[in-house]
Amino acid sequence: MKILVVDDEEDVQPLFLQRFRKEIKNHEIEFDFAQSGEEALNYLKEKHSEVVLILSDINMPGMSGIELLDHIRHDYNMPPPPVVMMITAYGDEENHRQAMDKGANDFLTKPLDFNLLKEKLKTYSE
Amino acid sequence: MHFFPFLAAMLLPMRINKAIKFTDIYQFWRWRLNGAAAIAVGLFIFLDDYLEDDVIKIVSAMYLAGLIYYLREQPDFKKFNILLNAHIPLVGVVAISGITELVAPKFYDTYHTYFTSIELMAFGWVYARFATSKKQQEEIRRINERRTELEAMVAERTAEITKQRNELQETVKELQATQAQLIQQEKLASLGELTAGIAHEIQNPLNFVNNFSEVSMELIDEMEEELAKGDTEEVMAIATDIKNNLEKIRHHGKRADGIVKGMLQHSRASSNVKEPTNINTIADEYFRLAYHGLRAKDKSFNAELVSNLDPNLPVINIVSQDVGRVLLNMFTNAFYAVHDKKRSAAEDYKPKVEVSTKNIHTLSGGPYGIEIKVKDNGSGIPDAIKDKIMQPFFTTKPAGEGTGLGLSLSYDIIVKAHKGKIDINSKEGEGTEFIITLPVQ
Repeated sequence: MKILVVDDEEDVQPLFLQRFRKEIKNHEIEFDFAQSGEEALNYLKEKHSEVVLILSDINMPGMSGIELLDHIRHDYNMPPPPVVMMITAYGDEENHRQAMDKGANDFLTKPLDFNLLKEKLKTYSE
Repeated sequence: MHFFPFLAAMLLPMRINKAIKFTDIYQFWRWRLNGAAAIAVGLFIFLDDYLEDDVIKIVSAMYLAGLIYYLREQPDFKKFNILLNAHIPLVGVVAISGITELVAPKFYDTYHTYFTSIELMAFGWVYARFATSKKQQEEIRRINERRTELEAMVAERTAEITKQRNELQETVKELQATQAQLIQQEKLASLGELTAGIAHEIQNPLNFVNNFSEVSMELIDEMEEELAKGDTEEVMAIATDIKNNLEKIRHHGKRADGIVKGMLQHSRASSNVKEPTNINTIADEYFRLAYHGLRAKDKSFNAELVSNLDPNLPVINIVSQDVGRVLLNMFTNAFYAVHDKKRSAAEDYKPKVEVSTKNIHTLSGGPYGIEIKVKDNGSGIPDAIKDKIMQPFFTTKPAGEGTGLGLSLSYDIIVKAHKGKIDINSKEGEGTEFIITLPVQ
């Protein structure tokens, strides 16, 4: 299962790679990363058919995660539509409502609970 | 005519007596002067029966001369000197007339009318002098009175002005204290705006610290498993990961540390010490803090943040904490403006705030300074208030939200303390551009 992680923080990358060390080693999950919404869209142009799940931060300079979600739902929603999970440090109602309205599958708050994330991923990969 | 010298000798003491009537020397001189007058009368009456006119003239002149000489010697009568001196011509004329009459009676008889008229003139002179001296004295007295009056007025005014000056100095002191207090309040107010941004900025590195330490613990468990298995290669790979993680923990710990330090510095009283500073660092730091600050208040808010920071910027001597406050203020204003516009603008309006720095050179190509531009596409500043925005306490924000000191303090910091300048380009409805220029000292 290929997962695209979108976050402007660079250190998110080694963190995911280590947290999912076993899964990666067993070829259960493969990660790709983008550091902005724009970069994510560029990536999707080429590889949207490969990506099963997208994890995106909401609060990023430039294009926000919500806007990215909007683009994904409009341009890359061909079946099977990718699962999109939004992540934010601001776990408030407004953010949650917006994300859900725009078609997010799930909503997670920072700091990320990786065990919970793993549980959720399991349900989506089945 | 021996009448005039006696008359003069009688009138002179009487006049002096009159003049000193209300002074403390009157008691002493009263009878002495009256006596001198009486002697003059006595001599006139007595001598008239026994002596010839010529001798009486000489005697009268001598008596008058003696009287004048005596009075002039008295310190009490110093101020009568003019009057006393006025008698000298009379003494001289009468004496000459008497001697001439005695020595050359024929000559005298021929010209006695001239002698008499000269005596008369000399007598008249005494009274003319007396009148003018009286007038002069009157004048002097009036001038003295007026001077005393004026001096009293001047003293009164001086006292009044001194009092007012002291009051003003007191007021200035109070104002300075109030100003210092306001500056501190403004700092705290902006700190309040920053809190949410700071919390966000600290939360991120803390998450990394927590995550990387957790994952490292897991890695050590795995490492033990691999060791048991004897897979040295995998053990080495895990060890490298752990080392990298520790490095990241340290990095993010320092990041949080820096933010806390910056926050403390922001709220502390300014040290006013100029230190070599990289403008890009503080511009970037406050740009994000301001954004997250507003973001935390209004979750729906989002703006495109554009940074065009010139990497070749020279280090510049500034009070970084003060200039940081200026930048924070400009960023907050810019975000406020785009936020404000978003409420009324069309659906497709994209809020955008841009910060750029660049080197500026003199005409000859030497280094002049650094330009920091903060640009937004927000609501802009209406022409009507453009002149007022730098004034203290001027604010367009609702009561209680803005102190109205942000830009006025910015002006003080940039223009007064750093000899720089602030230029503003703004068009209502289109956006605003603040350009700060700081000279390289």
